[in-house]
Amino acid sequence: MPGPIFLIIWVVGTAFELSFVICSFLRKSFLQYLFLNLYLLFSVVGSVARFGVLTHYGQDSDQYMYCYYYTDLVLTLTLFVALLSLYMRVFSELKAKQFLYFVAMVVLLGTAFFSYAVVNQTSDRLSTSFAYELSQNLYFVGLILTYILWGAVMKLRETRTRVVQFVLSLGIYFSAYAACYAMVTMSEKPGVTQYLSPLLGCLLPLSWTITLMRYSEESRLATAHLVAVQR
Amino acid sequence: MMAALILLISLVTLSMFFVSYCRSMMASAARHELSEEVRDVTGIKESASARDYERVVQILHLCPERPEDRSSLRAVNLYYAGLKMVQGALATLTPGLKSWTDQEQASCAYFAAVALDRRISFNREMLAQQDS
Repeated sequence: MPGPIFLIIWVVGTAFELSFVICSFLRKSFLQYLFLNLYLLFSVVGSVARFGVLTHYGQDSDQYMYCYYYTDLVLTLTLFVALLSLYMRVFSELKAKQFLYFVAMVVLLGTAFFSYAVVNQTSDRLSTSFAYELSQNLYFVGLILTYILWGAVMKLRETRTRVVQFVLSLGIYFSAYAACYAMVTMSEKPGVTQYLSPLLGCLLPLSWTITLMRYSEESRLATAHLVAVQR
Repeated sequence: MMAALILLISLVTLSMFFVSYCRSMMASAARHELSEEVRDVTGIKESASARDYERVVQILHLCPERPEDRSSLRAVNLYYAGLKMVQGALATLTPGLKSWTDQEQASCAYFAAVALDRRISFNREMLAQQDS
């Protein structure tokens, strides 16, 4: 079993995820942000499934390893779709739906192919290594896509406060996660970095929930205030 | 090498997103009109200045907390600390940076004053509910 700190972070993170879904229901925004809600709902289900497998088979079992990496992959894919849904919102006026679907598929398949090529050369446990590699690469691709989305938000002068803050929270989450992955790869001993990634998992649903609670759908923001250097 | 590069890129984008996140919160607070009593207590008359932040936060600590404020105040506090660090380290080299950090710190001070205003009205409402 993982230590008490891990369990506390786990429970708190799951509580934040549930609170976002409940808040969306109460604020009548569930369908408006369907894919964000689905991602967090899947995350809750994944947490419960992982906990069940963990208590049943133990942390070092193959079952837990498979469950962990495959739920992680499903969650990363769902987060990718959630990011795509934010793209749709920002680009809704440009009627670029078909083009965005096409680009998303190309990026996804490209990342999957790249991950497969890397794993095929280096590992004999192809399926779990592929799930891990794809998940890791998708996080970095997610960071780049969020950065591009942020550029589009600024360029198109997106004013919806909720959309702006959802994108910014996602950007913080992806950047911090990618930094965390890099630090884990670089450090010899796990140390504090082992707590960082589950802690980051708590931040995204927390900041989304705060956004949902604080701002209404009608709330607007001038994007000119967001750039660090005024033009 | 690759991991170090990813770390570097991630840290740059992280700071960029964090700055924009804080600025978006401060931009929403900037539209809030401060009450007369908060202006008197904090000494903010027309607009806040960079020096006001620490004083406003001290007053803020005297007022019972409002759960909704906690995380945003922490984020702005972190942003303010970062600005102070940048100012201490680089402002002597580039004078333009000094005026920018001053302006940003003033926005942080106004954000804290708005939080104080909201806390006061929240506590007033709570007291009124208890009395009735």
